[in-house]
Amino acid sequence: MALKGNLRDFTITQILNLINLARKTGTLVVEGPGGVAQVVFREGKLAYAQIGEEDNSLAAVLHRSKKINPAQYRILKERANQVSDKELGLVLINAGYITQQEVINALQQYFSSVVRRLFTWAEGIFHFDNDAQPPPDRISVKVSLENLIIEGSRQLREWAQLQEEIPSLDMALKFADRPGTNLKNIQLSVEEWRVVSYIHPKNSMRQIAQTTKMNDLEIRRVVYSLLQAGLVEIIRPAAPAAQPPVALPMVNKTTQKSLVQRLINRIRTL
Amino acid sequence: MQTVKMVVTGPFSAGKTQFIRSVSEIDVVSTERKISAEAEKIKATTTVAMDFGRISIDDDLVLFLFGTPGQKRFDFMWEILSEGMLGFVVIVDSTRPETFREARSILETFRAYAPTPYIVAANKQDLPDAWDVEDMRYALRLDEKVKLLPCVARDKESVKNILLELLYAILEELEQSKD
Repeated sequence: MALKGNLRDFTITQILNLINLARKTGTLVVEGPGGVAQVVFREGKLAYAQIGEEDNSLAAVLHRSKKINPAQYRILKERANQVSDKELGLVLINAGYITQQEVINALQQYFSSVVRRLFTWAEGIFHFDNDAQPPPDRISVKVSLENLIIEGSRQLREWAQLQEEIPSLDMALKFADRPGTNLKNIQLSVEEWRVVSYIHPKNSMRQIAQTTKMNDLEIRRVVYSLLQAGLVEIIRPAAPAAQPPVALPMVNKTTQKSLVQRLINRIRTL
Repeated sequence: MQTVKMVVTGPFSAGKTQFIRSVSEIDVVSTERKISAEAEKIKATTTVAMDFGRISIDDDLVLFLFGTPGQKRFDFMWEILSEGMLGFVVIVDSTRPETFREARSILETFRAYAPTPYIVAANKQDLPDAWDVEDMRYALRLDEKVKLLPCVARDKESVKNILLELLYAILEELEQSKD
């Protein structure tokens, strides 16, 4: 069944986590700001990746990882037009230019770097094709996704921490009640001053962000620094009401079970 | 006459009204209004206060099904509707992963209102774009112990199955609890 969606709602880290846990095989196609990326997985492990029109041939990957020099790269590129990556790899290994492990390492690093670039894509759509496989002439590898997921998660952590500290932008700010603090004596950045100038119990953080043309992350960063400095406080909404009453009548357990059993019997006959 | 109630919740356009409509013995008392927000114009109308369905169990017991409004701006109704509920069903549209995060948030909110048993129903499983139920479990970050079941809200048998599973969960909890 379909596995597709939008990166705004479902991050790359979450998709990788799903692929890893479900040990999926197939190709993840992501259409985002950096073009179209195709990432192939085998049983939940990264096997191959291609981003946009970027040259991901073995010669290009070895050149990028400095395993071959520019002159060797030119020669190999000419030769690569006639042979597949798999054949080229064998030639290089048999000729003693490079070891099999170095080929694998270079490809693993390159494919992982493609996935890392996807972490910066906040916008875009994706779908997972269970049948698509890497081109047959290319070398595929096997990279566990755990480390990549952890890296991606680290990038998201800042965002998560800010969200935890400032769960909603619909709350307002007020200056902390600290007599003797003079804002003029505090060195604030331009962004911080812009936010400070709009602080008022009637202005929500979202309104301030709209006025100062900041996105959610930027306004949260500024507010967080002001909170940490003790200059402002969030005006939080009142606490929710007390717990509602219990669902089942306060009778003994046997009566309660009998009531539920009556419900079951009736639903069965609907 | 004794009454008990279950709550059917979930994001906007998940299929809550249809779910209740499939099993209610009365025409669902609905509070639908035309959609005004451009972004939410997936369907023509939406529930703004609650849906209300009824199943007579026997001569002196009635089950009420309350459907919550899905749009965030009507969430002040959720706590009122959750009071005294026997359990709740979270309906998730399997074809709209953009609503999964909200579904998770709604689930957490209702769990906080009352520690009653609940079921997550992966609705619209008959559509070609539907996510696989197990993929949804990962996406919704549901523990293996949480009952996540495929559902087609237009299909009475499917809805019955969800309600029965919820009742089994309630029964199980009663059996495990101390007197």
